[in-house]
Amino acid sequence: MTPLTGCLLVSSLLFAVGLAGALTRRNTILVLVGIELMLNAANLNFVAFWRFGHHAGPSTGVIFGLFSIGVAAAEAAVGLALILAVYRHAKTTDLSQLTGRPQ
Amino acid sequence: MASTVWIVRYLWLIPALPLLAAGIGALLKQRQRRFAATIAIGAMGISLVLALAAFAHLLHEPQRLFLNFPWMQAGSDWVKLGWMLDPLAAVMLVMVTFVGLLIFIYSTAYMHHDENFTRFFCFLSLFAGAMLGLLIANSLLLLFMCWEVVGLTSYLLIGFWYERPAAAAAAKKAFITTRVGDLGLLLGMVWLYGQTGTLLFYDGGAGCMEQGPLSLLTAKTLTGIALLIFCGAVGKSGQLPLHVWLPDAMEGPTPVSALIHAATMVAAGVYLVARVYPLMSVSTNALEVVAWVGALTAIFAALVAVAQDDIKRILAYSTVSQLGYMMLGIGVGGVSVGIFHLIAHAFFKALLFLGAGSVIHGLMGEQDIREMGGVRKWMQVTFATYAVGTLALCGFPLFFSGFWSKDAILHAAYGWNISRVPFYLGAIGALLTAFYMTRQVCYVFFGHKRRDPAPDPIAPSETAASDPHEAAHESPAAMTVPLMILAGFAVLLGFIGTPAWPWLQAFLEMRHSGVDFGQLAENGLLPLMLGSSLLVFAGLGLGWWIYGRRPIRHAADADALEKLQPAVFHALRQGLYIDQLYAQTVLRLAWWVAVVANWLERWVWSGIPLMVSALTKGLGWIDFSLDRWVVNKGFDEGCDGVADGGRLLARLQDGRVQNYLRYLGAAVAALALFLLLGHRG
Repeated sequence: MTPLTGCLLVSSLLFAVGLAGALTRRNTILVLVGIELMLNAANLNFVAFWRFGHHAGPSTGVIFGLFSIGVAAAEAAVGLALILAVYRHAKTTDLSQLTGRPQ
Repeated sequence: MASTVWIVRYLWLIPALPLLAAGIGALLKQRQRRFAATIAIGAMGISLVLALAAFAHLLHEPQRLFLNFPWMQAGSDWVKLGWMLDPLAAVMLVMVTFVGLLIFIYSTAYMHHDENFTRFFCFLSLFAGAMLGLLIANSLLLLFMCWEVVGLTSYLLIGFWYERPAAAAAAKKAFITTRVGDLGLLLGMVWLYGQTGTLLFYDGGAGCMEQGPLSLLTAKTLTGIALLIFCGAVGKSGQLPLHVWLPDAMEGPTPVSALIHAATMVAAGVYLVARVYPLMSVSTNALEVVAWVGALTAIFAALVAVAQDDIKRILAYSTVSQLGYMMLGIGVGGVSVGIFHLIAHAFFKALLFLGAGSVIHGLMGEQDIREMGGVRKWMQVTFATYAVGTLALCGFPLFFSGFWSKDAILHAAYGWNISRVPFYLGAIGALLTAFYMTRQVCYVFFGHKRRDPAPDPIAPSETAASDPHEAAHESPAAMTVPLMILAGFAVLLGFIGTPAWPWLQAFLEMRHSGVDFGQLAENGLLPLMLGSSLLVFAGLGLGWWIYGRRPIRHAADADALEKLQPAVFHALRQGLYIDQLYAQTVLRLAWWVAVVANWLERWVWSGIPLMVSALTKGLGWIDFSLDRWVVNKGFDEGCDGVADGGRLLARLQDGRVQNYLRYLGAAVAALALFLLLGHRG
């Protein structure tokens, strides 16, 4: 088992956990947390392929990962803001009740 | 030339003013009686002044003035209309406006109690306007238009008391009967236009009454056109065989009878013949027909008048008879002879009708001469004027207008080179005229009050109150003054056309005249005058002998002639069964034609539309079925499919975000599997 395989296994696990959280949690914030997990699984893949790849340069995988984290931060901020707005409107963050249809 | 003479330029005002009055009168309320009468009489008065001005203009220099103007374009030609002033028109204008004005004034009293007073004056003014327009028309077309309006007002005024069935029927009869004649006039007019290309009477040498265009026509065409135009005159002037409407027209108010059906409108036919006399005279046959029709009408109507019992019907038949004389006069002697009698007749017949109206008014609507009697005692003015009118109509020698005018006709007929029969017919007619007028006067004015002594079985209690003779009274001044004025003219007018000083004849023929008593003795005139005087005396004497000596005592008593010859008398009373003849022939024919036409219309002509309609309905049904079961059904099915699909897809989009994520996850998983397996494979 190469270090790369181990990294990929970890990231797969991380992605699966995130997916499961995103699919099963009712609370919007926890769904967002799940999505962040899946995103970080992808980031882990970037870094792993950069570290164990053949043409590793100083500014390829890592820079990509950094940008991805930055975008994720912005996305989390926007997501949380949306959740706040939804909460103010619907007085709930329960996704099963936020269907857009009249209850 | 014409446009420089102011009177011709403003000639149109003469008919326009009464027309304007009629227009205003039509807008008035029923209550504005005084205003309606005032504008009608005012307009007529101004027209009279203008007519007198026009007359005076021609007086010292008789000439023919006209003013033509293009009216509308027909094809490449302009149809021209125009008006004219010549001695004939001027004399007629003065007569119509003057008599009309007097009758208007008379009507204010006669129609005083009528609730439709304003409507009456509106119609009268409309009539006057159209009649005056007819007189000044310098175009057969314009004349025809006015002619028809005059016919319309005649219809309206005969049927003025339209709630009476008899009046409504008489109005229709008058309108339809004259329409028969008018059809002839219209055809003649169209033919004339087709031949000469103009309907203007005078147009500086190019008018259809002038030498140039007339010489284009062949003799037969001329006769045809002249006779067709004469048809119109026959209808309007109540000549045989279209006289039937005129006696019935007496259902109208008496001033209407006086104005329209005695003095003016019925004379329009004579005027028409006089107006187209140049055309008539080129064709001798046409004038011959005119003379014969006139003579036969004169004798026929005089005969029938002998046996009538309605005061107005006697006068109506008398009018028919006198119109016959006018036609005879024009036919045998020319325009001036006929028009002289026309003018004289207009005055004395208007006088007689107004007198009869005064009697009727005084007797609260009684018209049967058998119910009258002794009226002389309480209506002295009416009696005196009526006597003057009677003597004028009979042609009492020397001092009455009818003598001179009728003698002129008889003299002309005597000298007619074709036949002397019209002369004898006219002479016998003169005798009969004197006879029936004496009969009427004896019945109405002499004797004593007659009234069926038996009480009225229907309403016995009301007989005393409604007995007309109890309430009889002399008429108001508005009625008697016109009577007196007309009586004056009935005497004086004779002297403008005596053989010694034929001023009117000369004026109409645009000559100058002088006094020449020697004329009286020439051409066998004196014996003729003596003979006709004897006839008149004979008629008067006979009438007095039969009716004056022993007036009947009761209204139900038989007439003296009826005792003598009941069958003849009844035939005459029925107008020699002309009405019945028409009912049996023309009307029955028309009825059958109507039945056949109705059948054809119902079952033949309408069959085609019915078939087309059925076919259309069938096609419509097919179209409808296709539309409903094919086009609509298919479209509906398609729409349902789309809707179902939409509903199915909408179920996927249920708003649960996590479901979307699940689909996404499943898709990614499937993609990953595909890539893995595909890579291996």
